[in-house]
Amino acid sequence: MGNLLNVAPTTLLVIVVLTLTALAFFMARARAMAAASGDARKLHSLPNYYGYNAAMMTAIPALFMLTIWLFVQPMMIQNSVISMIPQAAVSDGSSVNLVMSDVRRVANGLTTAVEAGALSADAARDISTATTDIRGLLAESGVALGSEVSAEVLNAAQRYRSMQATGQWLMTAAICVIALGGLFVAMRATTATFRARNMVERFILALLMIAASLAILTTVGIVLSMLFESINFFSLHPWQDFFLGDSWSPNFRGDSDLSILPLLWGTLYISIIALLVAVPIGLFAAIYLSEYANSKVRAVAKPLLEILAGIPTIVYGLFALLTVGPFLVNLFGRGENGILGVDWMSGATSVLTAGLVMGIMLIPFVSSLSDDIINAVPQSLRDGSFGLGATHSETIRQVVIPAALPGIVGAILLAASRAIGETMIVVLGAGAIARISANPLEAMTTITTRIVSQLTGDTDFASPETLVAFALGLTLFVLTLGLNVMALYIVRKYREQYE
Amino acid sequence: MTDMSKTTAPRNSLLKQDARTVKRNRAEKRFKAYGIAAISAGMLMLVILLSTIIGRGTGAFQQTFLTLDVQLLEAKLDKNGNRDLEEIKKVSTFGYAPLMAAAMEEKVAQTGIVTDLEPKELGDILSKQAAAQLRDFVLENTDLIGTSVEFRFLTNSRVDGYVKGRVTRESIANDKNINVAQLDLVDALRADGALEKRFNLAFITGSDASDARPEAAGMGVSMIGSLFMMLVVLALALPIGVAASIYLEEFAPKNWITDIIEVNISNLAAVPSIVFGILGLAVFINYMHLPNSAPLVGGLVLTLMTLPTIIISTRASLKSVPPSIRDAALGVGASKMQSVFHHVLPLAAPGILTGTIIGLAQALGETAPLLLIGMVGFIASNPPDGIASGLMDPNSAMPAQIYEWAKRADPAFYERAWGGIIILLVFLLTMNAIAVMLRRRFERRW
Repeated sequence: MGNLLNVAPTTLLVIVVLTLTALAFFMARARAMAAASGDARKLHSLPNYYGYNAAMMTAIPALFMLTIWLFVQPMMIQNSVISMIPQAAVSDGSSVNLVMSDVRRVANGLTTAVEAGALSADAARDISTATTDIRGLLAESGVALGSEVSAEVLNAAQRYRSMQATGQWLMTAAICVIALGGLFVAMRATTATFRARNMVERFILALLMIAASLAILTTVGIVLSMLFESINFFSLHPWQDFFLGDSWSPNFRGDSDLSILPLLWGTLYISIIALLVAVPIGLFAAIYLSEYANSKVRAVAKPLLEILAGIPTIVYGLFALLTVGPFLVNLFGRGENGILGVDWMSGATSVLTAGLVMGIMLIPFVSSLSDDIINAVPQSLRDGSFGLGATHSETIRQVVIPAALPGIVGAILLAASRAIGETMIVVLGAGAIARISANPLEAMTTITTRIVSQLTGDTDFASPETLVAFALGLTLFVLTLGLNVMALYIVRKYREQYE
Repeated sequence: MTDMSKTTAPRNSLLKQDARTVKRNRAEKRFKAYGIAAISAGMLMLVILLSTIIGRGTGAFQQTFLTLDVQLLEAKLDKNGNRDLEEIKKVSTFGYAPLMAAAMEEKVAQTGIVTDLEPKELGDILSKQAAAQLRDFVLENTDLIGTSVEFRFLTNSRVDGYVKGRVTRESIANDKNINVAQLDLVDALRADGALEKRFNLAFITGSDASDARPEAAGMGVSMIGSLFMMLVVLALALPIGVAASIYLEEFAPKNWITDIIEVNISNLAAVPSIVFGILGLAVFINYMHLPNSAPLVGGLVLTLMTLPTIIISTRASLKSVPPSIRDAALGVGASKMQSVFHHVLPLAAPGILTGTIIGLAQALGETAPLLLIGMVGFIASNPPDGIASGLMDPNSAMPAQIYEWAKRADPAFYERAWGGIIILLVFLLTMNAIAVMLRRRFERRW
């Protein structure tokens, strides 16, 4: 939006408001002290609070108004200018938005030209395409335009500039009045009995609440942004094909097969392999660390395992693509030259490659969560089992694990949710071919990989091939959210048993 | 009865284990061995991973250079002889190529190497970046025009690979970029000492380079991009996260709204990072029209992603401040707000800082959301000038740069990707070490 382009006057305005704010602080503080005839004990609050209150009253309404203005003004100007552009000016293969961005570019170009001194302000308002070569003129002051400027666009650009200038004046005036008004009201209120501290604290509390509700806002933002684009997608593409079809072949000339099933299969297959690696290793590691290991081993092994969780996923991705993948090809591919002498695998990217590496990444998730849960099992249960003559491993298998089972299941569900949402490992290690097959040595693709490939590069937000990414994202969000909620529910329910 | 006890007594002897006890003890040993095996497997993975990174990445910090004596002919570089920088700038890299070719031929003649390579093939040993390297050098030292300077040129990535052992005479059979005669020349130049492998600072400070010149690519510019993103994350996530935690921990009434916020935060912490990328694309780029590929947008997305982490750790450290502190503050007449801001918050600060650093480290290594907001797929060539340009101009970030190199499917770029990972891990390690240090040094046990 245009608001980023007229930064200089806005910055000035902000500086004016902030100066007024500082002024308000000192004036109100001085007035409070005067009201108490120099004895701070006679005031309701500490003198600084009167200052804060006045500063708050000056700055907040003004800056709030400024923010809203900066968002609303470009929209209003845009709507008014768009209505000026005749339908005929929108050529084939173009859209009103494209024309509008032309208008903006020309308008900014004129401003630049005026600043550079190539054009007087009056001339910028009055020139027309009939008398001047706008493109050449703007090129002289360093603004390159892609095509000739049509009369409609120039008119619209001139209207755009004049409205922007008017808006700027109105905004400056309005903000200054609001700031001064706030200052005035605060000064009127500043008396010895005024409860300044309560006002200030109420305001701070409101700020804290706004910060806390940002979490809700983020979730709402995630859901809404994906929901709207998904609805757009389903209006362009039948939902039956998306949910029930069995083939994925996006085609940018239109008429693509966009079904989630092959992607879902790839995602689940890779996640299952990852869990097959991570769950036994992670679980046994957790059991050993919490039940057998002495404190020295524990102090070394636990942080070392957790390093695996701190390594960025791009590192695992590269490890899959360049180390594990070629190793598996050596093992299972290459026919006679390979290690096993079989030729089952053609490329380095495969379900097994991605699954194994993702499994390594998940080991610390499973182990540290299970470790906490096993440690939470009361010692009395173990003692009881030992007292009946059970060995250590029997105690673990028949007492500790059953007691910790809900928590462990929760941990595994959380790990599964990580696996489903993991992106970099599958982007680099799993391949790009969508298929439903049981062979783990084949390349398959996942939901996250397709989101990346549909949304990188040139994207056209009117085509189903791009919008499908939002439907995929929403599915992914729902899937992982479901797993997380289920895991939290199970863990919470379990915890209540021993408290 | 007595008979029976006589016959069973030896079987149940305490000195000799019966079959069932043997079996149970064996199961016990097996079970313990599984645990040890699992731990060892985890450690083994870690060792393999780290040794792969170090083994394959350290090469990127070294580069093969060829030292040549170049005649900076005045007739070519500064025809009018007035050392006017603007005029010298008009000579493009093509103007420098003949100087380099001459220097190359002279070197070959001087060392007495016999080769039947064409002059063009001789020049191909050098990097495509070499002429630009020389031009940059001349533009900075215009007073050297007309003299002969000893200059260290980057060599072609294949030559570099040959010196490092990545490229062999067998592997270049189908390679159009280099031939065996050129490798012979490389061997001769190495024996002469003109061609050598040395530390390459440009990998750490330099910018990315195009597909054809991996030897010139560096991490520097993407490091600056990451730095700006981290500044945005720090400036937004820390105050917002602390404010949210203070509200939830100290002020929030127990009602359904607070419950919703709490459930929300714990769920956001587990939302896949790519979903935040979709949010960033839809809201910041499509709706607010912030520029594509800008570190500001990256920072905003990573802020939303890091907030839950910071909130969770901040709440834990606020919770660990004992209630007696609050009670004492209230007892001497402080308001609730004063007790929190003057007493609880300072005491919780080390914990908050530790959590923030760990959150930042997590954000620094995150790649997936950056792919969606366009921080890949172009060459981040110019370091930004100034803060506004650093925030708004297209840039890459360290993990995105590594991904970009991994995609280019060239062993020379793979080596750089591993090298980039070493740099990234050094940053993460430093941040985590600072966090651990802060915790050890300032953490108070109540």
